Amino acid sequence: MAYSRASAAVHAPQPAAVERSPGYWSNVWRRLRRDPVAMAAGSLILLLILMAVLAPWITPADPFHASMLRRLRPIGTPGYPLGSDELGRDLLSRLMLGARLSLFMGITPVIAAFVLGSALGVIAGYAGGMANTVIMRTVDVFYAFPSVLLAIALSGTLGAGIFNALVSLTIVFVPQIARVAESVTTQVRRSDYVDAARASGARSWTIVRVHVLSNVLGPIFVYATSLISVSMILASGLSFLGLGVRPPEPEWGLMLNTLRTAIYTQPWVAALPGVMIFVTSISFNLLSDGLRSAMEVKE
Amino acid sequence: MSATVLPAHADVGGPAQPLLSVRGLVKHFPLKQAPWQRRGGTAVRAVDGVDFEVLKGETLGVVGESGCGKSTTARLVMQLLAQDRGELVFDGLTVGSHRLSLREFRRQAQMVFQDSYSSLNPRMTIEDSVAFAPTVHGVPRAQAVTAARELLERVGLQPQRFAGRYPHELSGGQRQRVNIARALALRPRLVILDEAVSALDKSVEAQVLNLLLDLKAAFGLTYLFISHDLNVVQYISDRVMVMYLGEVVELGPVQAVFHRPMHPYTQALLRSMPSMDPAQRTEAAPLAGDPPNPIDPPPGCRFHTRCAHARAICRQQAPELRRHGPHAVRCLIHQPESGYAASEALT
Repeated sequence: MAYSRASAAVHAPQPAAVERSPGYWSNVWRRLRRDPVAMAAGSLILLLILMAVLAPWITPADPFHASMLRRLRPIGTPGYPLGSDELGRDLLSRLMLGARLSLFMGITPVIAAFVLGSALGVIAGYAGGMANTVIMRTVDVFYAFPSVLLAIALSGTLGAGIFNALVSLTIVFVPQIARVAESVTTQVRRSDYVDAARASGARSWTIVRVHVLSNVLGPIFVYATSLISVSMILASGLSFLGLGVRPPEPEWGLMLNTLRTAIYTQPWVAALPGVMIFVTSISFNLLSDGLRSAMEVKE
Repeated sequence: MSATVLPAHADVGGPAQPLLSVRGLVKHFPLKQAPWQRRGGTAVRAVDGVDFEVLKGETLGVVGESGCGKSTTARLVMQLLAQDRGELVFDGLTVGSHRLSLREFRRQAQMVFQDSYSSLNPRMTIEDSVAFAPTVHGVPRAQAVTAARELLERVGLQPQRFAGRYPHELSGGQRQRVNIARALALRPRLVILDEAVSALDKSVEAQVLNLLLDLKAAFGLTYLFISHDLNVVQYISDRVMVMYLGEVVELGPVQAVFHRPMHPYTQALLRSMPSMDPAQRTEAAPLAGDPPNPIDPPPGCRFHTRCAHARAICRQQAPELRRHGPHAVRCLIHQPESGYAASEALT
């Protein structure tokens, strides 16, 4: 018996190949590729990330080398393509190296908040009832504060420093992401396919893992990408206030602060870190918008 | 026919034992009210004391207007909702007891929903949707997928063409076939069909109905078939249960209920069936108005507000579901001791 079954398995004719449709995410990618604005924004972001990663090796000058004699040179000065800052350091090199911390401070809290907020929101949305009330009302307490104020208050309480700034920014974004996650999960939870999965005897954890996450992570992810620009601006703001990155480490927000006294003498040089923040955050926003419309198609 | 992935279930109580006994099922949905308002009283009495049995191998049709508690009954039987009172006995074993856990019951009872689209996960391929339930019960994935393809073939969908597709690429009829395959993947004994063909085009509906009859014979299934479409219920059912405002008002063999209806509500429902004979057509609606609000059902007989035969007694005395041979009806007309004959007519 065992022998015949085994041989049947070996000699069984191979079933005809099953035609496969492209999955949801490959469809999203196909639509995103046709969106020129999103692709331009995405390329710019990739370029910025590449620049940030390679910065220590590709900066034209030493970003920490100060020169009292060559302070606040205008854009286009030989040896200082984008001018020099208030301590005579090469601004181009500092902007390139500053991309590291600025991007890091913009993206890390959003990733952390994406994980924590999704977990909280999905649990609240799927469990419903009392658990939902407890989680969501607690989250609402944080949500009630304006995010800038909350970030400054938390950072101020925890003390200055990169790590504390990251923690406080994460706390700012968790409630926002949790609210989105909760509302999408509540929708999915009411759908018949979740009922069908419950009727099949699956445990809650299995249903959440297989059926809920596959349908809620997309919308939460899109929302999270739209927060990256906010996070960058808030992080810059914290550094500007001296609560985030400390000098002499280059970071766009901090550079904006230290250069602000030069706004009357070298306005273009003083504005450059702000331009970088603006370009980066708007790129993230445009990419997020493109992603949203690429995912919105009903299927 | 196909590789048995899950073992078939043994018949526990023999053919005479009902597959499912529903006893005194009650489900009230409390209305949201502010904390300072008095508790209790206000609830939608969706299912209000429902008793019935589903016999082994039969199709029990459930009919009634929308809002009468048909779908709530289905969800209660599937335990997607928790009942307030009452119990389910499956083949002699109480559901949720130590002898028949909820999980084990759900392997033996499955449900097909009305909305073929929202009952399939849009991010899952057809074969994965069908294979999901068996993997939950410990079948290795590869085996479950093979079995899923066989089931798809069985419900009339070529696996080569459909197994790797997503729900939005299929038509409504095809999706409902997938849902049927998904329900059958656990080799259940009882399948609850909650308006399963109602959303389909008439021609597709007929095909799916015939598929259901075919599968029932092939897999030895028992159906609880819920629909508002009397023609469909008459076609597929062995027995019919008529519900009104959360109660069973009539229950009996399909021929008896359709040809000799005893309850005035059933009579009115049947008169509302469109007739192919022009001489039988009526312009007058046999039932006036909407059903009363289930939050505050009328006292006495719940149907007396719309009943052509209502008398004064019907406002005071609630009839019970009484058996007349295989036929059961909840109406004072058929309870000689009720004093209906002596009571004066309501105007």
